[in-house]
Amino acid sequence: MSSQFRTAVALLALCEENQTSIAELTIRAEVEAGNLPREEVMAKMLTYYQGMKASVFRGLEITERSRSGLSGGDSRRMMAHSQSAVVSVLGPVFERSIAYALAVLETNAAFGRIVATPTAGSAGICPACLLTWQEERQADDSQVSEALFTAAGVGKIIGYGACFSGAQGGCQAEIGSACAMAAAAICELDGGTPAQALNAAALALQNTLGLICDPIGGYVEAPCMMRNGLFGIHAFGAAAVSLSGIHSIVPFDEVVGALREVGHKMPRMYKETSEGGLATTPTGLRFKPERPKFATGIELPKKP
Amino acid sequence: MSSFSAFEIIGPPMVGPSSSHTAGACRIGWAARAILGEEPVKANVFLHGSFAATGVGHGTHEALTAGLLGWAPDDERLKSAPHIAEEQNFIIKFSEIDLGPQAHPNSARVQILGAKATSLLTAASIGGGSIRIIELDDFPVEISGRLETLLLWHRDTSGFLARVTAILGSMELNVASIRTSRKERGEEALTTIEIDETFPPEVVALLRRMPAISRLNILPILPGT
Repeated sequence: MSSQFRTAVALLALCEENQTSIAELTIRAEVEAGNLPREEVMAKMLTYYQGMKASVFRGLEITERSRSGLSGGDSRRMMAHSQSAVVSVLGPVFERSIAYALAVLETNAAFGRIVATPTAGSAGICPACLLTWQEERQADDSQVSEALFTAAGVGKIIGYGACFSGAQGGCQAEIGSACAMAAAAICELDGGTPAQALNAAALALQNTLGLICDPIGGYVEAPCMMRNGLFGIHAFGAAAVSLSGIHSIVPFDEVVGALREVGHKMPRMYKETSEGGLATTPTGLRFKPERPKFATGIELPKKP
Repeated sequence: MSSFSAFEIIGPPMVGPSSSHTAGACRIGWAARAILGEEPVKANVFLHGSFAATGVGHGTHEALTAGLLGWAPDDERLKSAPHIAEEQNFIIKFSEIDLGPQAHPNSARVQILGAKATSLLTAASIGGGSIRIIELDDFPVEISGRLETLLLWHRDTSGFLARVTAILGSMELNVASIRTSRKERGEEALTTIEIDETFPPEVVALLRRMPAISRLNILPILPGT
């Protein structure tokens, strides 16, 4: 029997029919569709998770400013604060989680190696949430990397129903997707049912709708970095709300539909063109790079 | 539309800063080089939409150049690609293009030239590092690079596809997709075939003996897939 799904309704039906988690169903779908046997699928995701962690640890070491001057050293700053006596009421755990997400984006801005989840600009949220969870629950890498399949399952539904690219759907398509994926993964790791995990995804995604992609200077740094840092907390919140038994009024598939609609109608100036929003504030404009010195006079070959 | 793999959502491992503008751009360059099938000497790259608007901040030029050099999206030399290309006397020129309102905002057209062949492709970076090649040598195509893809430039003749699929079938290869387009009846055509396995050399040898085929190449699975 096929384990393929394109909607949350279909995924939920398959999970209930087979008495499996979203993670397990997504693993089965991957094994069925691809060329890799199960062990290799699992091993590949474990490598990816370890790659994510490496990008966190590398970022925490960064002290120098990035090429654009927009970032650098912030994850260290946040980490130090989380360990200090003046830690906020958020507590050391969540402050550290913010630091982890910032660290991935700092690695990214420094042309370091990261794992796009689902994109590079939103690559901090899943690693930050999962690593924080792993430390708090004292779990091993393989258990946590399995939860990345929960995230992937949710991500696939967004991919079919909407999109992930900021240029096509705005920041909501990147950060919103990452939040939905992380919320579902955390929810399932904490014992949530597939329905609760999808509900967590719905709650996380609906509260990012309308988020525009307005990178200052066209760099994936501001506001991208802080979006990752702060929206990781949002994902934890959505998972907790769902586990409490609160239902999202609008189910996940319909939230994805709303994401697509809002993304479609969002003006081009707010979709990774740096022609609006924070990018064109007086401060934002100061970081605008010169347009490249393109070669001129290149003609496309005539059609044969 | 084609199906998503979990590893398109989680992944690819890549060098930043943007999955669409860096990793996807790198894969477009990589695909162009692979499709050319020989050492390139020159490339003209035309950037459309958001690629043109925010490419500088996203390292799009470096990434496309890295791909044209045959580097994978997670190659940490990415930043130095323009310098290395120059050292190798591989001339890469960038310019802007308007491919129209229907084109994906992250699109590039790449003309790549080797000593013998030239290829012209249009591709879109559709998010998360995934790409779709939508045009090749003025033929509409739909290539994701997630499977090995056989490219056949040939004359439009009756029974052509039947012969090709018979050869593939004799080796028990499972065809995932097959697509042919032609310019005019009896004129030039391009067939692209994706299979679940890799194309064995025997199949390639058999296909090369078909007189209707003028050029044959295999696009491997894109790096980091």
